[in-house]
Amino acid sequence: MRRRATELLAPALLLVAVAVIGHATSAARQLEFGNALVKVAIVVSLYLFIGNSGVISFGHVSFVAVGAYLSGILTLEAQQKSFVLPNLVPLLRDHHVGTPLSLLLAAAIGGSYALLVGLPLMRLSGLPAGIATFAVLGITYNVLRNWEKIGPAAQALPLVPESGIWTLLVGGLISILVAFAYQRSRFGRRLRATREDPAAAQAVGIDIYRQRLIAFALSGALAGFAGGLLVHQLGSITTDQVYLELTFLTLAMLVVGGVSSLWGAVIGALLISGLDSFLGDAENTVHIGFRLQLPTGTRLVTVGAIMALVLILRPSGLTGGKEFGPPRRRRRPAELPASSTSSV
Amino acid sequence: MSLLQQLIDAVALGALYGLVAVGIGLVFGILRLVNFAYGELITIGGYTLAYLSGQPSVVAIVACFAAVIALALVQERVAFRPLRNASPATMLVASFAVSFLLQNIYLLAFGSRGKTVSTLGGLNTALAVGSLRIRWISIVALIAAAGLLAATTLILNRTNVGLHMRAAATDFRTARILGVRADRVISFSFVISGFLAAAVSVLLTVQSPLVTPDYGVSVTIFALVGVVVGGLDRLVSATLGGFAIGFTTSLVGAQLPSSSSVYLPSVVFGLVILVLILRPAGLFAPARRAVERV
Repeated sequence: MRRRATELLAPALLLVAVAVIGHATSAARQLEFGNALVKVAIVVSLYLFIGNSGVISFGHVSFVAVGAYLSGILTLEAQQKSFVLPNLVPLLRDHHVGTPLSLLLAAAIGGSYALLVGLPLMRLSGLPAGIATFAVLGITYNVLRNWEKIGPAAQALPLVPESGIWTLLVGGLISILVAFAYQRSRFGRRLRATREDPAAAQAVGIDIYRQRLIAFALSGALAGFAGGLLVHQLGSITTDQVYLELTFLTLAMLVVGGVSSLWGAVIGALLISGLDSFLGDAENTVHIGFRLQLPTGTRLVTVGAIMALVLILRPSGLTGGKEFGPPRRRRRPAELPASSTSSV
Repeated sequence: MSLLQQLIDAVALGALYGLVAVGIGLVFGILRLVNFAYGELITIGGYTLAYLSGQPSVVAIVACFAAVIALALVQERVAFRPLRNASPATMLVASFAVSFLLQNIYLLAFGSRGKTVSTLGGLNTALAVGSLRIRWISIVALIAAAGLLAATTLILNRTNVGLHMRAAATDFRTARILGVRADRVISFSFVISGFLAAAVSVLLTVQSPLVTPDYGVSVTIFALVGVVVGGLDRLVSATLGGFAIGFTTSLVGAQLPSSSSVYLPSVVFGLVILVLILRPAGLFAPARRAVERV
């Protein structure tokens, strides 16, 4: 029982610490801490599906995208909308909601979209699943970028009300709580059983398709919610901000932290966000005992190199895919590493 | 534009994507690695050609092949060899990381504005046959693709190292027990895949001469999609899949009215999803047992 509590408390307290430290710093710095909290929310949504099912998805950023756009557009004032989005359909044009409700709607649309897409796609696994979800991302990007009735198309969506660090903290905590509750529920356990051994799971009566679909829709809802947080953290959004780079970056955060634990998802997101911010500063000179100035552009090279290094040296991630807590006593000393090659 | 001309363009683009598909499929067959960083091989080839645009074409092309093959070997040695026993998902994400890293190195080294390649620019002129206007590059791309595919097939089927490669692709562990040298076979597959990437750089820079840090990404994505749609397990079906995606993109693009042509990627990706749902093992894969292997 105590172990359960620490598994939720450790990542939650870490997030609170990030928000408190962020709050105590300058306004510009606070943005970076806020960004880290949003990254946690996105990576946790990825973890809920990928970590528990063992099936890779490149499509989650499409749910982040629809959540971000819906939440952003609905919080604009009617007057602003007629100015920046003249071609909007009436449904989006005539409604205005506050940030909390817009976040819920973002979760709803992310979840429904994921359910719709998952109905056919969750029959797939392995690389076909990866490519099919990638195709979903491609379609979402293509449509959002060109259809002026549902958004600003190739323009940026500006003037979205910005949320402070406390709102983002609450959002991040909700994501963690949902993911934790799911992995402790019977659904989470069933899905993890299908990850470890699909044949054995089927033999005890688990419907793989159904369990994956539930997780996919739920993680889609979390991704949409995280998209809402993203747009309110940035104050504006473009389609390129929710496409390949975000997909790659969040997936890498998950893998670097350790795919199969919530703790890993949180650690990976926070570490890489922190590294990214630090290097961004170092490009404009920082003092860490000595004066450090890096040439512009080294930030992304270093982040890329570190992610590649972690993957090469610790393929199961920094946490090894384990939850927070003291190392468990091995029951069988000569246990072989679990084979995870059967599913991608 | 007549239908015949559209077909010729479609076949030429299909041939190009087919080449990329062979390069990706060959490495996948042996290592189970989907190398997303393949696009960066094409990009470095493009930059080499751009920087040597003033030199004689032969020099530029030879240098391009050398640079691409060298980078392919470096990728294998530094990034993928340590991961040889990792799960395919980890290797895929690692290849993402390599791709991201290389793109940002290019950005740092060569800037974001892009470099123009003028080597072989003459191939963009058209050859008029009756009412048809065929660009020379389409013809060259077709011949080059056919020649390279034939050469690859010959290497795989008629040489010792090719035999070793096929054995490794069928069952890596057994092949090693029977004396196939893992490092040599894998390095060789990267050399061939690099060679093909270099050929793609040369052909692609004629059609779109501006080389930017993300030059190879979109070709790689489309070819990868094609490879999976065609069927990853056999080189032939992967190649056909690459060809099919290039062919379809070109043909659908020519058929769509111009007002909706911006949605071309959506149409292609929609078709991809449809194929994957109907035939998850691949469009060109032989009929398989319905039961999943465990």
